[in-house]
Amino acid sequence: MSKSIDVTDLNVWYSDFLAVEGVNMHIEPRSVTAFIGPSGCGKSTFLRTLNRMHEVIPGARVGGQVLLDGDDLYGTGVDPVAVRRQIGMVFQRPNPFPTMSIRDNVLAGVKLNNKRIAKSDADDLVERSLRGANLWNEVKDRLAKPGAGLSGGQQQRLCIARAIAVSPQVLLMDEPCSALDPISTYAIEELIAKLKTEYTIVIVTHNMQQASRVSDKTAFFNIAGTGKPGKLIEYGETATMFTTPREQATEDYVSGRFG
Amino acid sequence: MTTTAPEAEAAAVGGAPGIHSPHVPLTGGTLPRGTTWMVLAGGWLFAGAFFGLLWAAGITTTFSLVGTVFFGTVLFDLVLYVISRIVEGARRAKDRLVTSLVSTAFVIALLPLVSLIWTVVLGGMARLDVAFFTQSMRNVVGEGGGALHAIIGTLLITLAAAVISVPIGLLTSIYLVEYGRGPFARAITFLVDVMTGIPSIVAGLFVFALFALIAGPAVRNGFMGAVALSVLMIPVVVRSSEEILRLVPNELREASYALGVPKWLTILKIVLPTSLAGIVTGVMLAIARVIGETAPLLLVTGFTFSMNYNLFDDRMMTLPVFVYTQYTQAAGVSAQASIDRAWTAALTLIVIMLVLNLAGRLIAKIFAPKRGL
Repeated sequence: MSKSIDVTDLNVWYSDFLAVEGVNMHIEPRSVTAFIGPSGCGKSTFLRTLNRMHEVIPGARVGGQVLLDGDDLYGTGVDPVAVRRQIGMVFQRPNPFPTMSIRDNVLAGVKLNNKRIAKSDADDLVERSLRGANLWNEVKDRLAKPGAGLSGGQQQRLCIARAIAVSPQVLLMDEPCSALDPISTYAIEELIAKLKTEYTIVIVTHNMQQASRVSDKTAFFNIAGTGKPGKLIEYGETATMFTTPREQATEDYVSGRFG
Repeated sequence: MTTTAPEAEAAAVGGAPGIHSPHVPLTGGTLPRGTTWMVLAGGWLFAGAFFGLLWAAGITTTFSLVGTVFFGTVLFDLVLYVISRIVEGARRAKDRLVTSLVSTAFVIALLPLVSLIWTVVLGGMARLDVAFFTQSMRNVVGEGGGALHAIIGTLLITLAAAVISVPIGLLTSIYLVEYGRGPFARAITFLVDVMTGIPSIVAGLFVFALFALIAGPAVRNGFMGAVALSVLMIPVVVRSSEEILRLVPNELREASYALGVPKWLTILKIVLPTSLAGIVTGVMLAIARVIGETAPLLLVTGFTFSMNYNLFDDRMMTLPVFVYTQYTQAAGVSAQASIDRAWTAALTLIVIMLVLNLAGRLIAKIFAPKRGL
């Protein structure tokens, strides 16, 4: 239930502005890959191109190839909606649907697509997804209550439950812990370690400790200056990246000597 | 040394005498609690006494309540400022002055409203009876009669106008917010703004001319009125729902897209439910905008004294037009009966609007995004 991603010569433009240039990357199935780098270096932009979410932004376009187990995401006739059903995403700020209960939030991916689901199956899916997101014990008695009433960390785990309820192949996480306190962050990191056994996970983070804790591989993005495109500087095993990186820039960044 | 005792003490405590700051008290003169209200009551009493004297002396024909409240409040502003200035000093006096000016503005804004409702209720009480709500004006000469035909007409025409305007207006705003890009969307926004400013009589003339082309000259029916009201209502619906739809956070749309939900389902199931409360409020405001329109209805639906439940055939009475005709045609021995009917019809219109607003608020409350556990 998990697929690999191959990126070849990927460029991303916002209108005329080249935001990310020449990324080549292979992401293993059932692994955690962390993207690190300074703000504005194109990590999030690149992450969004992995499930075509950048298309939501007017003027954004992509050149190059992204293969999901050999299928080109940008091939002719590929439906971005179908891509996103396979590659789920969790955002920086928890965004449960305010009109829905906790239960409906988890079922959102099914119900919003007008799929019919038997009540017992739905109950099953809700429990499985919430257990998967380590949230079941906290909310099992109040599934009918609105999702917006949970704490920030719980809301974020609810969003993860919502994302895994549609059983994607890959889970993209865009700074999922940046709005959370250390305890909620710990809960999410535990969860990532658990989800790794089933999903390919790509996580963007500003927290270098977090990258070193949760990821198998790390990609360091950097930008030469304002107005210049972001580039993938180095990509390798996390242990290597944080101890003996090849590039001086990577070492400067991970050791805090950046800038 | 000839230093006096306090200076020596200051030098001992604060080191160099020049650095030690003089003693500034933290307490100052304060007006006793409740002064504000007492001055306000005093101002009103004084103004009331003044207008009462004018009334008693026969200079004015009635006791002026509006004048009492207005001049009493202005008097209160001045007196409170002067008292506070004397007791509490310049800064707090200024604070009190601005606070009371803001409150005065509020009172001034409220006075016409309260005065209007008071007048309409007083005038409308005379004919607030069962007959008024169960009879039409057919074959009524002089006293009696009712406005059922006008109430039905107003409700039917407004409902038809809403049925036409809400889908068009809502879909337009969805286009503008979710799909519209570039010059075409800007052109629509501009035209909607222009439409907002159309005088209602122009809308009436437009519909009159349009239906004269389609259905022949001098045709009049309720549906034409609904179309004329739609011309006025659509831009209001578009503007209000556009603002509300823009308030829906983009994160929710993205969350939905990321679950593999197509755009149209995202709009239908995430964007619209999230903004439903605001949209309902906007529609209610748009209805309020058109339900009291007189000019276009007078032109295109005409007036009648009989019941007419059919929007598409023959003239139809509406409440604003009923008020207008009853008032302008009040003459002879039963002129007062006519005027009473006009007042009661005006009151009915206000009550209908009030009920619609309450219903809208209830709907908005039921569908509003829920928070808390």
